[in-house]
Amino acid sequence: MAPGLARGRRKDSQRLDDGSPLLEVSELVVHHGQLRALDGVSLRVFPGEVYAIIGANGAGKSTLLRTISGLHHPSAGSVLFDGQDVTRLRPERRATAGIVMVPEGRRLFGSLSVEENLQVGTAYARQGPWTIERVYEMFGWMRERRGQRTAQLSGGEQQAVAIGRALVANPRVLLLDELSLGLAPLVVQRIYGMLPEILATGLTVLLVEQDVSQALRVASHIHCLLEGRTTLEARPADVTADQVEAAYFGLAGAGRLPGGAAQAGASQPDERGEP
Amino acid sequence: MAWVNAIIQGVLTGGLYALFACGLSLMFGVMNVVNLAHGDLAVVAGYVAIGIIAVTHVPVLASFLIVVPVMALLGYVLQRTILQGALDRSVLTTLLVTFGLSVVIENGLLQFFTANSRAIGTGLSLVTGSFKLGSQIQIGYLLVVIFATAVVVLLGLQYFLSRSRYGRLIRAVADDKEAAQLSGVDYRHVFGIAAALAFGTVALAGVAYGMYSQLQPTTGTDTILLFAFAAVVIGGLGSLWGTLLGGVVLGVAQQIGAQINISDEVLAGYIVFLAVLVLRPQGLTTRRAQS
Repeated sequence: MAPGLARGRRKDSQRLDDGSPLLEVSELVVHHGQLRALDGVSLRVFPGEVYAIIGANGAGKSTLLRTISGLHHPSAGSVLFDGQDVTRLRPERRATAGIVMVPEGRRLFGSLSVEENLQVGTAYARQGPWTIERVYEMFGWMRERRGQRTAQLSGGEQQAVAIGRALVANPRVLLLDELSLGLAPLVVQRIYGMLPEILATGLTVLLVEQDVSQALRVASHIHCLLEGRTTLEARPADVTADQVEAAYFGLAGAGRLPGGAAQAGASQPDERGEP
Repeated sequence: MAWVNAIIQGVLTGGLYALFACGLSLMFGVMNVVNLAHGDLAVVAGYVAIGIIAVTHVPVLASFLIVVPVMALLGYVLQRTILQGALDRSVLTTLLVTFGLSVVIENGLLQFFTANSRAIGTGLSLVTGSFKLGSQIQIGYLLVVIFATAVVVLLGLQYFLSRSRYGRLIRAVADDKEAAQLSGVDYRHVFGIAAALAFGTVALAGVAYGMYSQLQPTTGTDTILLFAFAAVVIGGLGSLWGTLLGGVVLGVAQQIGAQINISDEVLAGYIVFLAVLVLRPQGLTTRRAQS
């Protein structure tokens, strides 16, 4: 984990406020029927960053990521990618432009083999450093099991295939939605341990994470949502645990919750698997 | 011996039914479209073949080379326009739209071609002839050719779906079209290709039926669509080889029914269809994937 931490922070220290952001979301409003899932959220992600969106269940984190990847349509606001307005672009066009998401719950193609899942990722891929071969090098076990159906893999292995499928599309910004969901802590650690290698190829990462401590460990920038609104935006080094907790739960004061607060963001390991 | 003959005829007819059914099954398996105009499109393909042969005097077999690509193109265009438009609203809307399409096609055919029956005259002795096995079994070359065609088509479809780039994308999109979009796949284009495949098979089926029997504007719904549905349900929804099994079971049931009493032919097929629906609603093959 240590290299990931170091790299993330180092990138952040290089962040220039006058540089142009790779991804710029402005005043995004998204409705799910009557519900206002996102209410005026703005963010700017700079090249090489690990930008983490944290927040409780139903805070609008996944909605934000799905809107950036084009699966939801905002009722107001805009999404700019590398200076281009992509707000009205279809999801597949955004993917070929370089915004690729690893969706929540992995969403692998169940009737396809591991390799075929990766091949779908390469079907409309951009030019870039990532190939199926390179993914096999990163996840050593995958080559031998490339002919298997993904249902035969453990949760962590499935997550690795989902990440591989996104990487071979050679994204410029990789969106990771709740990587840790349903995985054992050790498996989560291993998957996040791959981040430095991924970042080293020049990618930018925007991730959603319910596990706050995990997010604080890997991110160069955190953004906390509560009921569709931004409650905190900062570099992890610049905030205290109390401030994060206050933003997470929407408390005026902080750190006064009995017991449960500290674990509230932790993942629920209901599945054992080796990545 | 008469019973053996009935079974052989039934199995061979099953090949024709499988040709009807595989396109229906493919469209349901990939995009959840139950195409109620499926049979009418087969009839359209048959009439187009009749028209081409009448005008250009090309041999029957050459008409396939024109009709199949034309219908495949029509499939792509229909899918990308009205069928996709219906799918964007709801899966139920596709039922209404394809039903409407069926009514329009049938009445269009009535208008332009009258209600008279037409057959595709083959003029080929290979197709009209037959050979004898023993004294009581007589097998038409045409049915054998159709059955072989069905097997080749199914093998080809299976090979395409499992090996080719677009086949892989079709399976991926059938699994999860949103996840496919996230990998840059335009599922609407992939749906169009699946529809082109389905329409190509229906064109083969329509011309084959026109050679085997006679076409009327209403043949599409009262015969082809119903038999295709029965074959798909008996074999198992979304299963490619299930359609062949379903077609064969339906064909054999009909021929055995006809052997008992000539007026029971169609009834016997539907009794088996009903029995499968009651006893084994998932069909005889349980595989879910269309490959």
